[in-house]
Amino acid sequence: MASTHVTKRAKYKTTIKDPGTPGTLRMTFEKILFVPHNPKSAGKLDVEFRYIKGQKHTKEGSNKPPWLNLTNNQNGSFIFEFENYSDLQECRDFVGKVLAKGGEVSEKPTVAYPDEQLSAAEMELRIKLLQEDSELQKLHKQFVLSGVLTETEFWATRKKLLDREVSKKTKQRLGFKSAMISDIKPSTDGRTNKVTFNLTPEVILQIFAEKPAVHRAFLSYVPNKMSERTFWTKYFRAEYLHSTKNSIAAAAEAAEDEELAVFLKQDDILASEAQKKIRRVDPTLDMEADEGDDYTHLPDHGIFREGNKEMTESQNELYKRSLSQDINRHAAVVLEGRAVDVELEDTKAVAEALAQSKQKSSNKGESDGDISRERLDRLSRMTEIEDLQGPNTLPLAPLCIKDPRDYFDSQQANALRTSGDALGGIEQIKCGLSTQEVYGSLRESISSIKAMGLKEPIVKPEVAHQVFDALTNSISNTKYHIGKNPQESVLDRLPRKTKEELLHHWTSILELLKHFWASYPITTTYLYAKVNRLKDAMSNIYPQLEEIKGSVPSELRHQVSLLVRPMHQALDAAIQHYEASMQKRSAQSGERPNGYV
Amino acid sequence: MASAPSKLYADDVSLVVVLLDTNPFFWSSSSLSFSQFLSHVLAFLNAILTLNQLNQVVVIATGYNSCDYVFDSSSDLNRSFENGRMPVMCSSLLQKLEEFLIKDEQLSKEEPEGKVKSSLFSGSLSMALCYIQRVFRSGALHPHPRILCLQGSPDGPEQYVAIMNAIFSAQRSSVPIDSCYLGSQNSAFLQQASYITGGVHHKPQNLDGLFQYLMTIFATDLHSRSFIHLPKPVGVDFRASCFCHKNTIDMGYICSVCLSIFCKHHKKCSTCGSVFGQAQSEAASASDKKRKTPET
Repeated sequence: MASTHVTKRAKYKTTIKDPGTPGTLRMTFEKILFVPHNPKSAGKLDVEFRYIKGQKHTKEGSNKPPWLNLTNNQNGSFIFEFENYSDLQECRDFVGKVLAKGGEVSEKPTVAYPDEQLSAAEMELRIKLLQEDSELQKLHKQFVLSGVLTETEFWATRKKLLDREVSKKTKQRLGFKSAMISDIKPSTDGRTNKVTFNLTPEVILQIFAEKPAVHRAFLSYVPNKMSERTFWTKYFRAEYLHSTKNSIAAAAEAAEDEELAVFLKQDDILASEAQKKIRRVDPTLDMEADEGDDYTHLPDHGIFREGNKEMTESQNELYKRSLSQDINRHAAVVLEGRAVDVELEDTKAVAEALAQSKQKSSNKGESDGDISRERLDRLSRMTEIEDLQGPNTLPLAPLCIKDPRDYFDSQQANALRTSGDALGGIEQIKCGLSTQEVYGSLRESISSIKAMGLKEPIVKPEVAHQVFDALTNSISNTKYHIGKNPQESVLDRLPRKTKEELLHHWTSILELLKHFWASYPITTTYLYAKVNRLKDAMSNIYPQLEEIKGSVPSELRHQVSLLVRPMHQALDAAIQHYEASMQKRSAQSGERPNGYV
Repeated sequence: MASAPSKLYADDVSLVVVLLDTNPFFWSSSSLSFSQFLSHVLAFLNAILTLNQLNQVVVIATGYNSCDYVFDSSSDLNRSFENGRMPVMCSSLLQKLEEFLIKDEQLSKEEPEGKVKSSLFSGSLSMALCYIQRVFRSGALHPHPRILCLQGSPDGPEQYVAIMNAIFSAQRSSVPIDSCYLGSQNSAFLQQASYITGGVHHKPQNLDGLFQYLMTIFATDLHSRSFIHLPKPVGVDFRASCFCHKNTIDMGYICSVCLSIFCKHHKKCSTCGSVFGQAQSEAASASDKKRKTPET
């Protein structure tokens, strides 16, 4: 920044009619301060830039005096009259800068940690994450912007979130458009005889990919023989001639201009490639394919009409192009995908890159001695006659069915073995009697009840009354404490605001505790300062929790205090630890004064 | 999902499958005598049958070595046990119970001293669920089934797997498992069973008033439970037993494939056979090394 503040002499007017109080206007990044020359006048102004919404000013060329009008949030305005327009200009620029920055202050982290080299992409990621997750944003605002935690610390524990964002952003490679370039109609000017073609870098790339002859011509002619513009003009002349389907005219022009002829002829590179491809077709596919089937380059696709086999138009035939060729070629190129990924602006670079990639793929094609051997293998496998083969015994895996009872029995045996040795903690029935005796006593009870009938009365009235009372009491108590079903949570019965506050406190306490416990054992002064900051923030939470408890209606207060208790316990444990370590440290520092404070 | 059709004849018709604990080792050392217990229970069963004409009761005895059905209110075989002193149903039940005990005693073998004397709760739970499944498939009209466990014996940790399987299948078929624990300690299995399936668990304070407890809490049919408040336990003991030693543990290792619980680190899971990776020891040392570097 060139200047962090601007100081100018100006007059402050509350309204337009007001003559204005002369004084000094000083603007820094945070606020505007206007001090009148006369200390007794009442025009002192101290406004923070946060409240300034926009600015207006009078134009230089007009006859009006140089005024700057700053509007604030409440739709009030502060008008400053400057001595000349250059002053006004300076102030205006400054205010503009501050306003532009102010729009982003709430989102960007204000403190750039000096050791950290943050790339712009990293900053963007963080801002994006903050915008998406409001919980995270709240935490961020609470801790980082108030100075309790620094940016690095906050994001250090969230590396995984950032990584996930990064991987989401890796761009997909876009392929070619499906629309055919020959569909791009030129615009005709009705009055003159001109036809205008539009050429974009995208289209250029597509042309090179689809028409290798044009590509080769480009590489050889430009920039040696002709400029790029001339090249494209000739190309589009050829296109125009094709579109008129006037092959005679095309032949005539081609005879004159050899470069144009390149564009008008059939694409010989394509033709040779097609022949190669045909040779590579797998004969095990049930299609007959041979050279005579290269029908795309024959007139009428090789279908003879009315016995007319002569090639009368052999000269001009070269200059004809059929739609199906174009469509097939375009489709093939689109399906292959984009082979190069360079900046499209420089045509020459694009052409070269495309040539290189073609070279690579053709090299790969040449080293296919292995591939042809593999093809022969496959051929022999597919054409074998099964009846004449010998018996084919594949190795069999033996069937292995396990009895699930083995599993349970072995568990049982395990348990018996170990519980026999280790009895601690398992409740036992102390039984001095033998098996026979216990069974005998049980059977006796049954006989006695058979003989005497059921107990008379089944239950004594006092006992029943007692039981009933106790049950009703406990049921009505737990109803208030726990709720209708055990799976319902207490949180759902609190008012929504309280619930959100409690949850937010929980997450912020967790965040603080995470950083707190991670800083122990304290080895550097940085950690020491950090721990102090964290402890202060933690102590601030106690009154906030008390406030929440107070704001809740009385029947829920007990629930809330139950919920708040573990938070208290966690904070207490942390603060206790802190104090203990402080004591130890002060005890130690008596012995070793060269250490930490 | 069970083939439970929509509407039954009335909302409050219930089928109660009672699992009666007949572990002699427990009853010989319990403060409540077995005959008193039986009178409470028999009166309770009678009461259930009077609540609705279409109610059904099935009693399964959970013995020490075996389990068996001892009573089915919908069967017609109760006629032959006429006895002037008590209702027919009671006498037939008692007769069958006696026969069951004789058989159970014959099955007992020499046990090593110090084994936890638990009854075969998993077996009777499975039998109850099978009976209920049969009822589900019997047609469109059937009562709402629920299971009531009257247990006093301690939990046998070797039955953990089987009991949890039974509990989950009960949950799946929406069969609540109520449980009344008569012993002195706490039973984690019963608490978990009632919690997971949506039943009610209670441990009576005063065993002399057992009948009152049964009538107040466990006699409510499923439809009425939506508006009748029943006692809720304050907390549930979710401790599991480890699969290798059957010790009760509350912190352990879990196989990520089949969720089997182990108390010690194993190379391979014994249930599903998956091999565990080495990740944890390396991660610990890596994070240790990382800790020193960031801020200095």
